[in-house]
Amino acid sequence: MSFHPNDIVKRGRVASMIVAGVLLFLLGGFFRSQVLNHQKYDLQSKTNRLRELPLPAPRGVIFDRNNKVIADNVIGYSVSVLAMKEDTLRAVLQRLTGTISLTPGQIEKSVRRFRRAPTRPTVIIPDASFDVVSVLEEHRSQFPGLIIQSAPRRFYPDGPAVASFVGYVGEVSEAELAQSSFADYKAGQQVGKQGLEKQYESLLRGKEGFQFVEVDARQRIVRNSGAQQDQIPEAGPDLHTNIDLDLQKFVAGIFGDSLQGGAVAIDPQTGGVLALYSAPSFDGNRFIGGVSAQYYDSLNNDPRRPLYNKALQGTYPPGSTWKLATVAIGLETGAVKMTDRMPIACTGGLQVGSRYFRCWKKEGHGYLDLKGAIAKSCDVYFYQLGMRLGIARLVAGGVAIGFDKKAGIDLPEELKPRFPKSTEYFDIKYGKKGWTSSLVLSMAIGQGDNSQTILNMAKFYSALGTDGKAAKPQIKKGTPERVQVVQLPADQMEQIRQALVGVVNVGTAAASAIKGVQLAGKTGTAQSGKFVNGKELNHGWFVGFAPADKPSIVVAVMIEFGGHGTRAAAIASKIIQAYLHVVPIVDLSVDG
Amino acid sequence: MPTRRFPIDWPLVAVALLLSLYGISIVYSAGQTDILTGVAKLWRAQLIWFCLSIAAAYGVSRFSVRMLDWLTWPVYGATIAMLLLLLFIGKGAGTAASSKSWLAIGGFRIGQPSELAKITVVLAMAKVLSTFKEPPRSLLELWKPALVVGIPWALIMKQPDLGSGIVFIGFAFAMLFWAGVSWPLLVLVASPVVSLILAYNTFYWGAWFLLLIALVLWYKPYMYEGIFLVVINVIFGVFSPMLWEKLAPYQQKRLLVFLNPNIDPRLSGYHVIQSQIAIGSGGWFGKGYTMGTQKRLAFLPAQHTDFIFAVVGEELGFLGVTLAITLFALLFLRVIKVAERANDSFSSLVAFGLLASWFVHVVENMGMTLNLMPITGIPLPFFSYGGSFMLASWIAIGILLRISAEGRGGRNGPFAV
Repeated sequence: MSFHPNDIVKRGRVASMIVAGVLLFLLGGFFRSQVLNHQKYDLQSKTNRLRELPLPAPRGVIFDRNNKVIADNVIGYSVSVLAMKEDTLRAVLQRLTGTISLTPGQIEKSVRRFRRAPTRPTVIIPDASFDVVSVLEEHRSQFPGLIIQSAPRRFYPDGPAVASFVGYVGEVSEAELAQSSFADYKAGQQVGKQGLEKQYESLLRGKEGFQFVEVDARQRIVRNSGAQQDQIPEAGPDLHTNIDLDLQKFVAGIFGDSLQGGAVAIDPQTGGVLALYSAPSFDGNRFIGGVSAQYYDSLNNDPRRPLYNKALQGTYPPGSTWKLATVAIGLETGAVKMTDRMPIACTGGLQVGSRYFRCWKKEGHGYLDLKGAIAKSCDVYFYQLGMRLGIARLVAGGVAIGFDKKAGIDLPEELKPRFPKSTEYFDIKYGKKGWTSSLVLSMAIGQGDNSQTILNMAKFYSALGTDGKAAKPQIKKGTPERVQVVQLPADQMEQIRQALVGVVNVGTAAASAIKGVQLAGKTGTAQSGKFVNGKELNHGWFVGFAPADKPSIVVAVMIEFGGHGTRAAAIASKIIQAYLHVVPIVDLSVDG
Repeated sequence: MPTRRFPIDWPLVAVALLLSLYGISIVYSAGQTDILTGVAKLWRAQLIWFCLSIAAAYGVSRFSVRMLDWLTWPVYGATIAMLLLLLFIGKGAGTAASSKSWLAIGGFRIGQPSELAKITVVLAMAKVLSTFKEPPRSLLELWKPALVVGIPWALIMKQPDLGSGIVFIGFAFAMLFWAGVSWPLLVLVASPVVSLILAYNTFYWGAWFLLLIALVLWYKPYMYEGIFLVVINVIFGVFSPMLWEKLAPYQQKRLLVFLNPNIDPRLSGYHVIQSQIAIGSGGWFGKGYTMGTQKRLAFLPAQHTDFIFAVVGEELGFLGVTLAITLFALLFLRVIKVAERANDSFSSLVAFGLLASWFVHVVENMGMTLNLMPITGIPLPFFSYGGSFMLASWIAIGILLRISAEGRGGRNGPFAV
């Protein structure tokens, strides 16, 4: 080599410059990463290691009017897994199946939850039993990223008795998540599915909290870090209702296992709903944390349709209970007075044109005034009153009272009743020339194109029982506005009430009188269209109130396929007795 | 063995000591993870190796340059024999479990001979190059040094140990430069590699090829050599896609990930991304000694070996990085001085070769933590955990101390220039 000192020094200088240059270049690289791009990498390092564990908020407790608990929260456990990738999640789930039993369905569901919210812990078992939790705790070290959290669990102390109006909560579904109104919901969260839980969801749900934990590269929680302040979950505010839990339980008890139908009790002075029950019911508690297929199928396949809310969703021909609407419309229009008799006496039926319209009583009622006709529920009287009013006035009057609209209860399930908005309805349904004014005959006695919910009938009677005003039935405590429904002076309202007292004292519901309390009400029996042994089964109705002079409770009871309205009357009477704390004068023996 | 006192190059010793202590303290920190692993105890082993290394350095510094010169061929021969043996009995370890770079007896891993090979090949190269009266002017003249480096290089690439292979090529080039080989010839020697790299893009390769032709015409090597170079470049340029196929999938992946770590962020790209996050999140002053979250929570892979410098970046910030790079700069510049003042061409070449070996390690290792270089699994001198490399580095220090002492100005102390 050329080892002349001058050459060496020259090369040494070049080498020094290369060394210095390259090291400076490296230093520049570090400067760029550590100083210029520090924020970006700092954030990445935080997202690397900080995980938000959602802390579910307890839902608001639901109370009855006497501060008894309808819906509560108890301690439950949820099991979830923190995973970075779907594959990791699947692997963990696969290994978990060796320790606890997970169905392929549960695994697929978990994976779908992960896809929706990959940064959140993926809920595996929303409501784990204590056994599962203790087994998992034992093997915790084998499952990095496994999170067992205590999560408040909804509990309805009176389960089936309150399900009709409380509803239940469940995991937010994928269909719901797709809606914009569920934008702030995450997969795995609980949401009200029915009843009050659904109606007041935004109120009851409270605010989810967060715990920031530090995880390592294997998603094991290393510490509940103080790197970021935890967010304490905020419990949903309590919901106070007008429900009288004791009465509700009484109603549930009276329906028992054999009867099917529904009952609604309203405080007519305020519109507050005291009880609302649909029989048979279901246990909302069994829906918490996911209903078992077995239980759901048993409900779904039950011919008595427990999942179908008969007080809110069921619409039934109101039958004779609707005659009071005919009465109110007749009095409002001046077509009839309480003391008026109709020209034709009841002989068990009425010949109109070529058709013969029967009264429910074959023997006939003879001559009756309106009060008597109400008490005896004489169809012949009401046929004639209907014809006197005419179909247009009857339909318009019914619309004015609100029979074509929902009662407006604060529950999401209520369905609209079926009632013509005007006579055009018939034009459309039967064709312009396809119907005659004789339709008014069946309309006048609550048959025909008229199906009402139990709730809507209760609302109508709460107007009858008071000054003609009725509020939207409301479960949440509050004072809803009362609206004039029946436009009659006080003396005529009083006459109607007296007539309804007559129904109970001497009329169709005589067996349901109560000692010391004047009960007023009307029975009804409506065709169901269902035949057994060639005989049509009827729906039995009773809508009434007590005390008659100043009612504090309106009760509407409908027994599906339950025969005559007297049976419904007996049940309503018991409900009223329970509410007013009185004893019956007659030992009730109810038959068809 | 000579027993007379010789002047000690204290700046060199001081820088090497500082680097080693800095490194061991980082090896300690690398073990401080939230969920403790075997790494937690390695700092003690490293400390023991350090003490052994100091002793070895002292021992080596007792050998005169003349003795080293004399020992070169036997040691080189032993090295080749050892590397050959390794191909049959070598064991893998750690992240390179499938390679055969470890010497083990009865299952107990003793060390990686390739670390010591780096020194013995430097000695052999120096010995060959120092025999040239004039710097080589043609490729043909380079056959001897090419053979001296080529044999151990081929054996190491066979293990396979790509990182060490790069180091061999690195210091071989540097030593040719130090021996006075002219720039054009260095470029011509390197040209096939450049062709290989540029082959993925026809335009770039075409431009390079024209440049090469121009260089050949201007430099005018022997005609056969010129033709040979051009043909080799064409072959490398055209057939490198085939060579690409020859690479192991993990090697292909590493190169692809180097170009874009995000193509595979959870697997091959993971190391680079996590390393960059660790370094970048360190900021000016770092998260504090032992407090790096990337490292503590095991996001940072190989935090005590290949990616140890990411721990420095994360915990001690840009300040700590600057300190480390400054220490390395001082070491390198000092060794260049040693090479300049060496008494003869052999010792000068040895000094420069050792320097180049370290330099390639440092640049490749640090560059890889920042994704400026592809991942090749190469340790950082004085920092990365590993006994053989610590020992080899300090043996090199011992040799350099001797060369420095025997060099010009040595008698008056190394400061007097």
